[in-house]
Amino acid sequence: MKKSYKIEVDCANCAAKMEEAAKKTPGVRDAAVTFMTQKMKVEFEEGADPAAVMEAVLKNCKKVESDCEIFF
Amino acid sequence: MTKKQKKLLWRILAAAVLFVPLYLISEGVVVSPLPSWAVFLLFLAPYLLAGHDILRKAFLGIRNRQVFDENFLMAIATLGAIVLGEYGEGVAVMLLYQVGELFQSVAVGKSRRNISALMDIRPDYANLETEAGAERVDPDEVEIGSIIVVEPGEKIPLDGVVVEGSSSLNTSALTGESLPRDVQPGETVLSGSVNMTGVLRVRTTTAFEESTASKILDLVENAASRKSRSEAFITRFARYYTPVVCVGALALAVLGPVFIMFTGIGRAAYPGPGAIWSDWALRACTFLVISCPCALVISIPLSFFAGLGGASGQGILIKGSNYLEALSRVRTVVFDKTGTLTRGNFAVTGVHHSPLEDQKLLELAAHAECHSSHPISRSLRSACRQEIDPRRVSDVREISGEGILARVDGVEVAVGNEKLMRRLEIDAKPCSHTGTIVYVALGGTYSGHIVIEDEIKEYSREAMDSLRAAGVDRLVMLTGDAESVAQKVAADTGLREYRARLLPGDKVACVEQLLSQCRSGQLLAFVGDGINDAPVLSRADVGIAMGALGSDAAIEAADVVLMDDDPRKIARAIKISRKCLRIVRENIVFSLGVKGLCLVLAALGLANMWLAIAADVGVMILAVLNAIRCLFVKNL
Repeated sequence: MKKSYKIEVDCANCAAKMEEAAKKTPGVRDAAVTFMTQKMKVEFEEGADPAAVMEAVLKNCKKVESDCEIFF
Repeated sequence: MTKKQKKLLWRILAAAVLFVPLYLISEGVVVSPLPSWAVFLLFLAPYLLAGHDILRKAFLGIRNRQVFDENFLMAIATLGAIVLGEYGEGVAVMLLYQVGELFQSVAVGKSRRNISALMDIRPDYANLETEAGAERVDPDEVEIGSIIVVEPGEKIPLDGVVVEGSSSLNTSALTGESLPRDVQPGETVLSGSVNMTGVLRVRTTTAFEESTASKILDLVENAASRKSRSEAFITRFARYYTPVVCVGALALAVLGPVFIMFTGIGRAAYPGPGAIWSDWALRACTFLVISCPCALVISIPLSFFAGLGGASGQGILIKGSNYLEALSRVRTVVFDKTGTLTRGNFAVTGVHHSPLEDQKLLELAAHAECHSSHPISRSLRSACRQEIDPRRVSDVREISGEGILARVDGVEVAVGNEKLMRRLEIDAKPCSHTGTIVYVALGGTYSGHIVIEDEIKEYSREAMDSLRAAGVDRLVMLTGDAESVAQKVAADTGLREYRARLLPGDKVACVEQLLSQCRSGQLLAFVGDGINDAPVLSRADVGIAMGALGSDAAIEAADVVLMDDDPRKIARAIKISRKCLRIVRENIVFSLGVKGLCLVLAALGLANMWLAIAADVGVMILAVLNAIRCLFVKNL
């Protein structure tokens, strides 16, 4: 399952870091963050609950970039 | 400006107001009775005002083991300067760094909005007609086959067919075409176009997520996530660059003084060992300030994004920065003839040798072809003045690249080219006319042929000329048509190379052969209208689909989608990509050059912090401004 989320992030480098962090989150098969469109595309693992996974993704992203925001 | 940016602006202004008098005092321009510790404490006010968030992020970064980011660099460099007694420089660096951040965030935000406005085709609502009258609903909720009302000035929310009313549509957001399109009842309207003059009642034919507008939006939004090699290079580069420079700074701070103390070279310039250490520590701090990779990290993706945005404003959708990059290296362009160089609206211009009445022959041929979507079948159907009744047709068999066998009104009808006639061992008389010849056999006997001609697009020749001017040195046309037709079209458009009589499968082989003839580093683009050529589109280095609105297969298979069917857009797409790539290269060379130079100067002790921050922020501002030029592609 693929979903697209609106995000708020200040710099391109931070977006790249968020992408790394999101990819490493359990339940996420793949993730792509686009700084220019301020979008995060997440492909979830089979049977993962998007809401719960996104909580974890946000937490991991906050770790690498404290100013970021994901709207889900 | 957003709230966040405004807040930052006020912080910068307030810090600057506090900073200037303090700096004058510390430099001795203004004499004051304050002791130096008081000046130090006073300097902390503008420093913290301007940079407290940087310090906080640097601290959080360390705690989360994400040490090497620009916040860390700035924090260490400025704190280092302050510890070494260079209060003025430390605060100024922080202040100017924040000015740079603010500028970058405003510039990027602004171009982001500009580009989004260019692609502003997302409909906000639909006026659904219900028994109780028109109701404003989310386009998502409208079911296929519903009737919606579109008032003048509103966006058409979903694809559909006009059932009542006539109007002019502005399709510029979809096609880049500025001339309005007139629509009448029975005609198709695409979501994303703007209704200009009259009220339209439209029967929807797609759900929102399948509509043209959402497909295009999806394509554009995904485009930015397909990264080019330059972008990938910069990301990798930034990952190594920052740590390397940090280690370099540390080495400078330690090895420099050690070297001087052991060898004694240059020692005379320092009053004592303490001065050696602090001088080299300051050089290291300067080094760190320069080490921020912001200019590259921000300007390269911004250039590509602006290029993609500028292109989509011209009705050229490029599916990713990687394709934008590939386009600039295209030296061979292969065209499909029908629908690309020619209009694809074949018209029947003659019926020869028919033992029956011409209309009767057309009627039988049109019925035999009634299930085919091939442009030739369409033209046969439109030349046949009768309603087509599919119930009269049975046993339809299509032979790819040859024609169709079917039973119409109980008569065995064969409609196709000369290959089909040879296969059926029917003796067909060749035609002296140039054009597509459709042979018809009834009950196994040759019964005449139909001549169909296609018009060449008026801009095809101009398109070839501008492609050559853009440095494309090989232009090849592929067609399934006969030699004579191919020759005529090639001559009329100024093409020197063509391959005729190709079956759909041959086109892939042909493109593969041409691909193998490309010199390394040079790429091949294939241009087709998306009908029957999806495999070729995906085989070429860059697949360009033309006039692809409404053709899902083409949008899927192509890398570049031209929204209208103007062949001149191909050259324009290549020019846009060249401009964009040139700007990217300029930015890479310029930023790295200036940074490299400043790093050397800093290591030699010739650059102070002022120069370092000016190099950092100045390069970034120039690179961002340069990147924004990618957006201006109208007059290419």
